[in-house]
Amino acid sequence: MASLWAKVLGAGAVIVAIGAGIAWALTKPDPHPESYWAGLGEPDLASGEQLFWAGGCASCHAAAGAQGDALKVLSGGRALPTAFGTFHIPNISPDAQAGIGNWTLAEFGNAMTRGVGPDGEHLYPSFPYGSYARLSAGDINDLFGYLKTLPASSNVAPPHELQFPYNIRLAVGGWKYLYFNDRPRVQLASADEKVRRGQFLVEGPGHCGECHTPRDALGGFQPDRWLAGGPNPEGRGSIPNITPGSQTMGSWSEGDIVSYLETGFTPDFDSVGGSMVEVQQNVAHLPKSDLEAIAAYLKAVPPVK
Amino acid sequence: MRLKSLVFAAVAGCLGLSVAVAQEEPQALRQSQMKAVGGAIGALGGIAKGQKPYEAAAVTAALTTISTTMKAFPNQFPEGSQTGSESEAAPAIWQNKTDFEAKAQKLAAEADSLLAAVPVDAAGVGAAMRTLGGTCSDCHQTYRMKK
Repeated sequence: MASLWAKVLGAGAVIVAIGAGIAWALTKPDPHPESYWAGLGEPDLASGEQLFWAGGCASCHAAAGAQGDALKVLSGGRALPTAFGTFHIPNISPDAQAGIGNWTLAEFGNAMTRGVGPDGEHLYPSFPYGSYARLSAGDINDLFGYLKTLPASSNVAPPHELQFPYNIRLAVGGWKYLYFNDRPRVQLASADEKVRRGQFLVEGPGHCGECHTPRDALGGFQPDRWLAGGPNPEGRGSIPNITPGSQTMGSWSEGDIVSYLETGFTPDFDSVGGSMVEVQQNVAHLPKSDLEAIAAYLKAVPPVK
Repeated sequence: MRLKSLVFAAVAGCLGLSVAVAQEEPQALRQSQMKAVGGAIGALGGIAKGQKPYEAAAVTAALTTISTTMKAFPNQFPEGSQTGSESEAAPAIWQNKTDFEAKAQKLAAEADSLLAAVPVDAAGVGAAMRTLGGTCSDCHQTYRMKK
């Protein structure tokens, strides 16, 4: 008698367990193997510094309002308000306790390119590893080497304040299953070397799409609206469309874009504003050839109205 | 008689003009002020880039526009003008009025000190632009919100 119920319950339990097993297999943290990070040799610190500026690390990880050398103190502590809750940005200075001074290259690399923390946990995609995944192991080695040369800070940031269900880290695995990849964001008809370099800078370290591409309800990019702008994910106002179909800057020449990134002035001499001020100040550190590559790529992406 | 009517016409004209100005919303006024400053920076930019020849008079005129406009600019943010006319003014302006006004005055003061020693060539104008531009974006970072 009891055995029928027991069988049904048992079968149910097995199905749930299999389902959970599949879900876990599809969404578990998936770092690169140790060997991927081995044998990379001495980091190229100059290349690491360029990645630091291209990546805009300081825009989030330095103290709010930092200028000049203070941008190199990656003490964390800024708050990033989003629709999912408030993220408190961590200390990534070389401090052994408060920062990442004790991290190995593999730990740093897996955080940057796989969204996996040093304890094997999923990291929230507010840290734009969805873009940084396009950095090579060599790039990561250079950047890690450079970050180690920066000043240490003992500042400890508070934990994130996220609403349910976003406070469940395991759920990030589902987000990654849906949205996380290191494939090109757009297929480009022309892909000469300059445009490819621009594609790497914009889609990878520059993580431009993280603000300039609109997202769906679960925080994934709307793929057919790459760089087409939309509401500001940090709150009020909006983020401009930067494709050739843009009303505001579709008519800019490549030279106009380079000049904007270099000086902060639009072709009609309006100045850069909002969060873009820090972005502009960071990328102004890049060689002019990189700014030209970014401009060439922005002219090559599909126009979106 | 003719003189009287001329004076009358002039006075009436001035009154009419000031009424028109007074009636213009602060949102629209401050927007045209920003456009005036942008135009002045544009004049400097043309010289710095070598698209226009260096002329001391043009540089002085542009700097004067920036100085006088920026002194009047912070007065165009009365309570109740937070929104409307596609205003891009951020709410932070009304939360940090003193800081906002100080930033506007800083741009006016920079223009004034450049007027005291007007740049003498295109390179000097370029350097001046970078100084002024940094102050523009420093304020726009916090107090302008793109629609």
